[in-house]
Amino acid sequence: MQIEKDLVAASATPLVLAILAEGESYGYAILKRVRALSDGELDWTDGMLYPLLHRLNRLGYVTTEWRIPPEGRRRRYYAITDEGIAALAEHKKQWVTVTRALGGMWGRADLLPFALKGA
Amino acid sequence: MEWLESQIAEWRTLISSNPALNRNDVEELETHLRDQVDELSEAGLSDDEAFLIAVKRIGKLDEVSREYSRENRGKLWRQLVLADGGEPEPASRWIEALVFAVGAAVAIQVARLAVGFPDEEYWLLRNAALLVLPFLAGYFARRRTLHLRQFVLASVPFVIAALVVNLYPFTAGGSTELLVAAHLPVALWFVVSYPYMSGRLRSHELRMDFVRFTGEWFIYYVLIALGGGVLMALTVFILEPTGVADPERIMEWVLPSGAAGAVVIAAWLVESKQRVVENMAPVLTMIFTPMFALMLAGAAIVYVVTGMGDAFDRELLGVFDALLVVVLGLVLYGMSARDASARPGWMDRIQLVAVVSALVLDVMVLGTMIARVGEFGFTPNRTAALGLNLLLLVSLAGTAWLSNRFLTGRGTFHQLERWQTTYLPVFALWAVVVLVVLPPLFDFA
Repeated sequence: MQIEKDLVAASATPLVLAILAEGESYGYAILKRVRALSDGELDWTDGMLYPLLHRLNRLGYVTTEWRIPPEGRRRRYYAITDEGIAALAEHKKQWVTVTRALGGMWGRADLLPFALKGA
Repeated sequence: MEWLESQIAEWRTLISSNPALNRNDVEELETHLRDQVDELSEAGLSDDEAFLIAVKRIGKLDEVSREYSRENRGKLWRQLVLADGGEPEPASRWIEALVFAVGAAVAIQVARLAVGFPDEEYWLLRNAALLVLPFLAGYFARRRTLHLRQFVLASVPFVIAALVVNLYPFTAGGSTELLVAAHLPVALWFVVSYPYMSGRLRSHELRMDFVRFTGEWFIYYVLIALGGGVLMALTVFILEPTGVADPERIMEWVLPSGAAGAVVIAAWLVESKQRVVENMAPVLTMIFTPMFALMLAGAAIVYVVTGMGDAFDRELLGVFDALLVVVLGLVLYGMSARDASARPGWMDRIQLVAVVSALVLDVMVLGTMIARVGEFGFTPNRTAALGLNLLLLVSLAGTAWLSNRFLTGRGTFHQLERWQTTYLPVFALWAVVVLVVLPPLFDFA
């Protein structure tokens, strides 16, 4: 299944924020997590993630820091801020509303687990 | 392994040459590439397979760099100027600019001859902006390929301004007329922002871009004016002994046309030779912000210690308006040249010192002014100066407040930027008020 570009773009911000809400991370790990969460269906162009992370940084939703982990290469780590958590909550509300509306229309409950997982 | 390293080095050189990516971006992407290659190799792929897949996953370079340039603030022009990655612009671009520049130069000359300058110098002074800035707006309308509807929308303010400026019964040389002459260019400059921003007036990013354009345009204009001044002076010195040409006549012909044409040429330079100014802007702010901070802080201390004194001039407010405009200009310019994601640094602190000192000075002047308003009374000039002063005061107070929050880690740089771009229309509105409301209020005196 190929997920439409607009939908991928719209879901990118809440998805990244939600992943960072679990704990700080770096670009490559975030992408792996996205693939795992969506069973490989949400396939981002890797290079697009970084401009998004930088935007979140500019908006004050995440902070960044360059660090060298005990084993591995120097990386830029991203951590969510309080504003980021607030923004995530706002995104969640919107997505739950959208998925509930769609679920109601199609009369199926199979959309709900996704909504709850996001919430 | 060696093969892989050389491939990665080559790839790094390729993406480093992209102007939208800075050094940190390149390093971050390279780490990503290496992580991906490692993982694929562990899964059993050969080096070259792993490298090819990893590069492909990062994405097409032009698409990715477009995303980066959208995000790396201040680089937005690259999308507009270098639509397809670094192509030199075709010759038609500068011919286009030249046509509009010549148009402005001819328009002002025709107007000068029509009114028999210097007989009607005030008419010309009042209308100067109307003769030149439509050409600048036209240049951007063409360059951004505006729709017909947007084109009409962009011309409406010019028509209204022409009606107001020419139908109001000004007293020749009166202060309301001079105020209109001073405020019309400002108001029309904001009108130019419409075609500049392709009609997307709500975009805060584009607003900041327009601010940056204004600052860089100013630098180029001053440079052209300096060069032009030297050229004119030399021409006069060389021709004077021959007695062939009257230096004053040369001035009358060359000066207005040159000044008008340079408006468009400077805009074209900003658009196409952006990289030159982009290197200059941060340097200029680095030099002048500390100097102004020092001067302002010193002046504020002197004022606080000695008080306003008897030397208080009733027109001092105008001087302070100019001072606040310069400080605001430095702040805006410094902001647009700054890397938005950087942590607060010493430049931000110095800037705050400059802003707070300017505020202290201005509040003292305003206090004295208001305390003695009965004595001075309201003239058109004083009303305009007072209004502008209050607007600038609010803008800078907001800047100081948000900048302090940013420095203490309670706010973001983004909020500070937003405050500036949100406040911009207020200045445009004030210029319109001075143009439209003030003259009748003071009987066109």
